[in-house]
Amino acid sequence: MCLGVPARIVAILDPAAPSAMVSVGGVQRAVNIACIVDEARAPSQCLGDWVLVHAGFALARIDADEAERTLAILAELGEMQSELDAMRRDGADGA
Amino acid sequence: MKYIDEFRDPARAQAVLDGIRVLADRIARRRDAPLQIMEVCGGHTHAIFRFGLAELLPATIEFVHGPGCPVCVLPMGVVDDCVSIAMRPEVIFTTFGDAMRVPGSRLSLLAARAAGADVRTVYSPLDALALARANPVREVVFFGLGFETTMPATALTVQQAEREHIANFSLFCNHITIIPTLRAVLDAPDVRIDGFLGPGHVSMVIGSAPYRFIAKRYRKPLVISGFEPLDVLQSVWMLLAQIDAGRCAIENQYGRVAAADGNPVALGAIAAVFEPRESCEWRGLGSIDGSGVRLRARYAPWDAERRFPVARARVADPDGCRCGEVLTGTIKPWQCALFAGRCTPETPLGALMVSAEGACSAYLQYARREEPAA
Repeated sequence: MCLGVPARIVAILDPAAPSAMVSVGGVQRAVNIACIVDEARAPSQCLGDWVLVHAGFALARIDADEAERTLAILAELGEMQSELDAMRRDGADGA
Repeated sequence: MKYIDEFRDPARAQAVLDGIRVLADRIARRRDAPLQIMEVCGGHTHAIFRFGLAELLPATIEFVHGPGCPVCVLPMGVVDDCVSIAMRPEVIFTTFGDAMRVPGSRLSLLAARAAGADVRTVYSPLDALALARANPVREVVFFGLGFETTMPATALTVQQAEREHIANFSLFCNHITIIPTLRAVLDAPDVRIDGFLGPGHVSMVIGSAPYRFIAKRYRKPLVISGFEPLDVLQSVWMLLAQIDAGRCAIENQYGRVAAADGNPVALGAIAAVFEPRESCEWRGLGSIDGSGVRLRARYAPWDAERRFPVARARVADPDGCRCGEVLTGTIKPWQCALFAGRCTPETPLGALMVSAEGACSAYLQYARREEPAA
């Protein structure tokens, strides 16, 4: 009920409703897209967008740059960790 | 799947876990008791159990499974009201599937259906509206429950019913809001939570500003978190970094979905359609002021409470149920005498055994009881 599913908009059904067809894991379903459109972004511009769908409504557009940033932070954390490990290892060798 | 697989990458998880261990060790040297981190949302509870995240963390970090599972906190009196509406011959009662097995004082909705009531599960309130269009001689009632995550869907559906003049559709509104709930948790006695994993999808709707009082007044950090294993681990790491540095701030790990200002269209629909109730009853937590909403007078024609007699009776939790103490982290599920004996996922007595997102049900389902070996 509260879990959101990332889905991709594959067709705009009714720009007035506004509604769109999304595809998620091979399943297609009509969803309401009122919450992700405004003056700056008309329904027709949403084709191909990744959105988060809750109970038949797209409630957020997934920000690809933000997703990349989150993954980049995780990668940096990994690099930092391997550096620390190396430091520790080299330190032990030197001792 | 995109936006899922990359947030489940084991190699990345190991790096975060190493980072967490360094911070946790440093923090543990400065205190006696383990750190308590409350995940507010049932979706996080589910992820923590499903991926065994609690076992991956150092023993000096404990998760407290918070009140953010709407099905789990649904009081028996509300289920009784659902059943009495659903039993009316003219009614098609529609609900998210999660609510079907929640016990009332007499029947669950599932049992009511077996007894002849026309109860149907729907994926979206829009499906309920479509049923109303297709069945003009029946009364179609949608059972609205959940926090701010599900409120926009319900609010926009009621507005659509108004636009289309669909008179045989109504909403039985039992939505609850997160902020009064968090305040009640923070004010509860014996609570010693050190930080919060903030609910990612509630935050997608309400933004991060409403949480500021938690850092300002209660001096606790909160990190808005996504729901994949890496999201949860990274958020724990961010919380530990704050605690280690003696900071408390509201931070957002889930920027790809939750914007700082929330969703203005969704918030607008919520504000237009709903208004706060003075008080709202919770299973396990008692009554919390200002935590529930009802339909505004403008939408009275679509309000099931005005269309059907609704008792809103207060029904006490079953004897021995300790859901409230589990919800505030005072006890673990297995410390309740009913756990896994009289209270099981098949025949739940307490709220937390009902949904897969409930702490007790998750403990049983994933068989990871931290029970001390006897």
